[in-house]
Amino acid sequence: MNYTATEIWLIILALGVGTFLVRFSFLGIPGDRALPAWLLRHLRYTAVGILPAMVTPLVLWPQATGGQLDISRIAAASLALAVGLWTRNAIWAIVAGMASLWGLGWLLA
Amino acid sequence: MPVSSPRAAFWRGLTAALPFLIVLGPFGLLFGVVGTEAGLDVGQVMGFTVLVIAGASQFTALQLMHDNAPTLIVIASALAVNLRMAMYSASFVPHLGAAPIWQRALIAYMTVDQTYALANGEYEAAPKQTTAEKVAFFFGTAAPTIPVWIGASALGIVVGEAIPPALGLDFAVPITFIALIAPALRTLAHVAAALTSIVMAIALSFLPWNLWLLAAGLAAMIVGAEVERRMEARR
Repeated sequence: MNYTATEIWLIILALGVGTFLVRFSFLGIPGDRALPAWLLRHLRYTAVGILPAMVTPLVLWPQATGGQLDISRIAAASLALAVGLWTRNAIWAIVAGMASLWGLGWLLA
Repeated sequence: MPVSSPRAAFWRGLTAALPFLIVLGPFGLLFGVVGTEAGLDVGQVMGFTVLVIAGASQFTALQLMHDNAPTLIVIASALAVNLRMAMYSASFVPHLGAAPIWQRALIAYMTVDQTYALANGEYEAAPKQTTAEKVAFFFGTAAPTIPVWIGASALGIVVGEAIPPALGLDFAVPITFIALIAPALRTLAHVAAALTSIVMAIALSFLPWNLWLLAAGLAAMIVGAEVERRMEARR
């Protein structure tokens, strides 16, 4: 890493202020106006639209393996998804995913 | 039906958030460890953790700094990862827009994937609650989440290199996100949006600055909304 302390703090402060402004953007506008139906319809798919895209590269080419496909990570992700769909419970999905990652990692090591 | 109150809503939110600490803790710890190893000092790691409170973007910034990317690129990319929160902010408006400005500012500061997903799920399941109850529920979810996030990072600085890479803690992040998505795949529209998101993330991965993330998210939202509209038109 090749930054001066000033540059690092510039990054931290810009990110902190910028992130707050993003979070405050719509909520900060005063009033209790109803948003139009078409906008609400799109917003319903925010989490389910963004999070899978964020997860995909982390599963397919994880940094921890130098971007190589890793069978135990793909298996863990699939299992977490399957358990999440089956139980409708995020915690069981996490437990299943991490347990499978550790189990397979130990078996394949 | 029990009499509901902000106090009850706060505890309901707090209880709902507790299980996620199992994952959030290690995630925060990991940032402390990785940040310290990357060469940040204690103040800088804590600066990220307290001022930004957004794991994915903090890790994005760290990765780009590790690659010595230009300062502006680091800021723009890490902010791009957080743009999804503008949509979180917008989806809170019908439920929390009537709250006092200081409450809305605090809510904005503490809006992370977990608190958003829990609160939004609650508001969709029980939309008739008062604004005070909805605000209390959100603060309930944030009450354990934010301190644990900050505390775990501080602990991570201390623990440092004692954590073996074999633990695969890097993968706690995607596993958490998958666990949050799966139960939300309630309808065909949700499934269509999630599939679009994955396909677009792969197809557009050549785009610089995390723009693929924004493009994929936007495309997925359009597909989800369109599928919902057509399903309703058929009824």
